[in-house]
Amino acid sequence: MHLARVESGGALLAVQFFALGILLFPLGLGPEPGMLSRLGGGLLAVMALLATLLALDRLFQQDYDDGTLDLLLTSPAPLWSIVLGKALAHWLVTGGPMILTAPLLGVLLQMSWPAIGGVAAALALGTPTLSLVGAIGASLTIGARRSGVLLALLVLPLYIPVLIFMSGTVTAAETGLAFGAHVSILGAILLLSLVLAPWAAAVALRQIGE
Amino acid sequence: MTASSPSSEQPGPGVRGSALHRFANPARFLRLARAIQPWLLAITLPCLVAGLYLGLVASPIDYQQKDTVRIMYVHVPAAWMAMFGYSTLAIASAIGLIWKHPLADLAGKAAAPIGAGFTVIALATGSLWGKPTWGTWWVWDARLTSVVVLLFLYLGYMALWNAFEQPQRAAKAAAVLALVGIVNLPIIKFSVDWWNTLHQPASISRIGTPAIDPAMLTPLLLMAVAYLGLFLLLLLLRMRVELAERRVTALQLSRSRAGEAR
Amino acid sequence: MAEFFAMGGYAVYIWPAYGIAAGVIIGLFVWSWRGLAKAERTEAALGRRQRRRVPKVERT
Repeated sequence: MHLARVESGGALLAVQFFALGILLFPLGLGPEPGMLSRLGGGLLAVMALLATLLALDRLFQQDYDDGTLDLLLTSPAPLWSIVLGKALAHWLVTGGPMILTAPLLGVLLQMSWPAIGGVAAALALGTPTLSLVGAIGASLTIGARRSGVLLALLVLPLYIPVLIFMSGTVTAAETGLAFGAHVSILGAILLLSLVLAPWAAAVALRQIGE
Repeated sequence: MTASSPSSEQPGPGVRGSALHRFANPARFLRLARAIQPWLLAITLPCLVAGLYLGLVASPIDYQQKDTVRIMYVHVPAAWMAMFGYSTLAIASAIGLIWKHPLADLAGKAAAPIGAGFTVIALATGSLWGKPTWGTWWVWDARLTSVVVLLFLYLGYMALWNAFEQPQRAAKAAAVLALVGIVNLPIIKFSVDWWNTLHQPASISRIGTPAIDPAMLTPLLLMAVAYLGLFLLLLLLRMRVELAERRVTALQLSRSRAGEAR
Repeated sequence: MAEFFAMGGYAVYIWPAYGIAAGVIIGLFVWSWRGLAKAERTEAALGRRQRRRVPKVERT
């Protein structure tokens, strides 16, 4: 939980960005009836991706700067579990608040209740994956030039499948077709990330020590 | 800094005189490259000429697509090379991470722009093929989207190489990214089977006879061999560039050290 | 001949496709060759400067 406190500075930031970004769309796209509700699922998913990116480059940077990273590399706890802990902490302060505010934002986007339910499910299953895969990106870009932009460039292509299935889940919730399929795939991607992402990030972190 | 004498680096675990490490010495590798190049050229050029002639002139038009099927001869081999390029990059990265072969990372760095180039060719020619055939320049189906992701993986890989002061750090980070991104390759390959999408399913099946007219298969395979030859020629050339640039960096480092010593 | 270039009316798609393929591949070769020439030039220049330096140091 110390990790969560460390990240909590970024918590309000990420969800603020999420909410603000969403609010831009009604203002930018205009009041045409029905358009916002059609786009809403996709907009929420995309903003979730971008907001998750915000807190990511700080994931390991502080540890790298103050030398904690070297301690972590030599600690008896397996490196992948440390990464898992950090990703969990990151999700608690970014994805978590986003899941909680999404229904309110959905109402503002004039989305239907089934669609809002779909968004909640999509974010609940999708955002942990975003934190996990984001941790891989963060571990690769520690100490790099322009690490913020570089992190986004590396991680967004990996996010694309998650995005596609998150949007698909919202559409499926509205139409009632294949909802289970989309949710299952999101779940499968999450399980895969839970297993592979901490390990991949650990490999990347170990390269720094060598 | 290990830039100046890669042959003095310790080989990784499990090497014991493995064949690969015989070419860890850049000079030996360059000799091998120089020996192979004429042969590659001898195979590539005739295949290219024959493939282009058959593809553009002598092969039949398709019943439905008419002449536009000729784009297939530059599009499909490019897509194959885009995936082959990434596989090369990933294998080189794995060898670099596991066995710490000194030239493996460099091979990946050399392969990346080539693979990215073929990916661009595949996307552009595919788009030009799609417009007259399906009526649209682009569609966001699974395969096309995955190929765009592939292009960004290449770009991210190249960006990582340029993002660090120390080349070794860049090499290792890029290698990990390459291996993380490998999941994209099966998605590209099988997405047309998994999802019923616009892009046509594979017409060259490994099981049983191909669904493609032999008169079209020949130019396609000739162009594929030609493209592979071009890829390998470019790869050898880029390896020479990377090795030369590494020698330059080493010289600049030793110069600045000599300056400091005085 | 004109018929060949017209490609059954699809020339505007086929020739740019072949052109892009050729352009990118040739571009990769040209870029790599120029990079190699530049690196080898720089290497030669640095090597000369180093050899010239060494006698000076020995003199002192």
